[in-house]
Amino acid sequence: MVNDAKLSFSDVAVHYGAEKAFSGLSCEVKEHEIFGIIGPAGAGKTSLLRAINRMDDFNSEMRVSGRIALDGRDVREWRNVYALRQRIGVVFPLPVGLPLSVFENVALSPRLRGIRNREELNAIVERCLRRAALWDEVKDRLDTLGSLLSGGQQQRLTIARALSQEPEVLLLDEFSIAVDPVTTMRIEDVLRSLREELTIVLVTNLVQQARRLADRTAFMLGGELVEVGETETLFCGGTQDNRTREYLEGRFG
Amino acid sequence: MEVSKVKLADRRTANWWIDKAVAVLVFVGGFSAVVLILGIFLFITREGVGFLVGDEFDLVEFFGSPKWRPTSDNNPTYGALALIVGTASVTGLAMLVAVPFSLGAAIYISEFATGRTKELLKVLVELLAAIPSVVWGFIGLSIMNPLIIELFDVPIGLNVLNSGVILGLMAAPIMTTLAEDALKAVPDSYREAAEAMGATRWQVSFRVALPAARHGLVAAILLGVGRGFGETMAVLMASGHSINLPSSPFDSVRALTATIAAELGETAVGSDHYQALFTLGILLFVVTFAINLAADVFVRRSDRA
Repeated sequence: MVNDAKLSFSDVAVHYGAEKAFSGLSCEVKEHEIFGIIGPAGAGKTSLLRAINRMDDFNSEMRVSGRIALDGRDVREWRNVYALRQRIGVVFPLPVGLPLSVFENVALSPRLRGIRNREELNAIVERCLRRAALWDEVKDRLDTLGSLLSGGQQQRLTIARALSQEPEVLLLDEFSIAVDPVTTMRIEDVLRSLREELTIVLVTNLVQQARRLADRTAFMLGGELVEVGETETLFCGGTQDNRTREYLEGRFG
Repeated sequence: MEVSKVKLADRRTANWWIDKAVAVLVFVGGFSAVVLILGIFLFITREGVGFLVGDEFDLVEFFGSPKWRPTSDNNPTYGALALIVGTASVTGLAMLVAVPFSLGAAIYISEFATGRTKELLKVLVELLAAIPSVVWGFIGLSIMNPLIIELFDVPIGLNVLNSGVILGLMAAPIMTTLAEDALKAVPDSYREAAEAMGATRWQVSFRVALPAARHGLVAAILLGVGRGFGETMAVLMASGHSINLPSSPFDSVRALTATIAAELGETAVGSDHYQALFTLGILLFVVTFAINLAADVFVRRSDRA
């Protein structure tokens, strides 16, 4: 059972100092699925994403316990945390256009991997920007600062940047916070098409976004994983737990 | 409301007066900087201008001749070239020492050190910046001097090398502090984004933090240059103070500032020599002003980007 899971969590907990973010979390993310995580603020969703990427390594406050496995192997057994992170793309809630040119933003990760050939870099940059539905808007100004793009463009730039890592897993944290609805829809289309190539974990505050995109959805509440299920089942009333149904129906949160 | 009540409500209260008074006070405080700068500039210009327009002054000689002989009885000459080259060579060498030291220290403190180490280092660096220049000069005289004589087998250890190293070590702490401030201003979200991509800490520093802080870093270096340019006591003590166009780091030189400090007390007020020293002062003022202005422009740019 463990073997066909891209990511598996068993009894995972994250603490910041004495403060608990979440605990006792066990579930699996299958290969080539979009796995939605929903829940109100403070449920521990973002902490979960950070734990996958081992962002606790350089953060003395953050402690992770339990087992998080990528392809059946505990992420903490990776000796080279940088190689691990390269396989996992992360898109943060607020777009972070690094203060580099648009081109360099996307070329950064390939460069970190040691790719120097200009043509190869050009090809990667164009491919990633196209896949993030940004190419047409920026192809004539690849030299402008990434941080000068509009919010929605910067968000797609971060997605392009994450794709330039050629990751196996893409973690998206509330990517639509700073994006208008039309752009959100375009990005959602992109994500659907990406499912064929990689595994996506999508943390979202928008219940309907999870419904539109996610194959399976997990509901977190106050540091606890309440339940995981097929998205359609959950939304059609097939919830195990009343709290999930109430949240989906918008009755609390 | 009745008219009388409105009038009563519209009284100038104590708070209103205090606000006015404070506004005037801080205005005076802020504006005093402008007044002082202008005042200093006017003062040194007034003292030096007589020489600038007088017969003794020759622009070609001033900038082109290394012969600074103001006390010669029959034919005093006022060539500042050796002094300018002296200051420039010492400052240049100082920057060769200070830039790698201070940038390295700033990167370590800002990007690598954590917790107590970080705080301790910051305090120590600030403490270093507060060491009086005469102490550095003393170190140059009593430690560096014999060390250079021994290491390089040269007759005298008070030279460009000595004063450059001393000045570099002296300028490094303040440059470190400024460079660290510039790096601190880079948002952590940039670092996290790069880290999440699998960048090593060195890659994060070099590819993200340094480019993002580059304007502030240039400003830090420029202010260090300004500091080196204007430093007097340490250079006076460590440079050998002999008028010379240096051909190697082991030659003694004399700096603009040191010349003023050493000679001004022995000149008659209003004499050509006296006014010539003030002309050197004008030169120093203009150059440091230009350097600081450039640094300021760079800082402003970093604020906008």
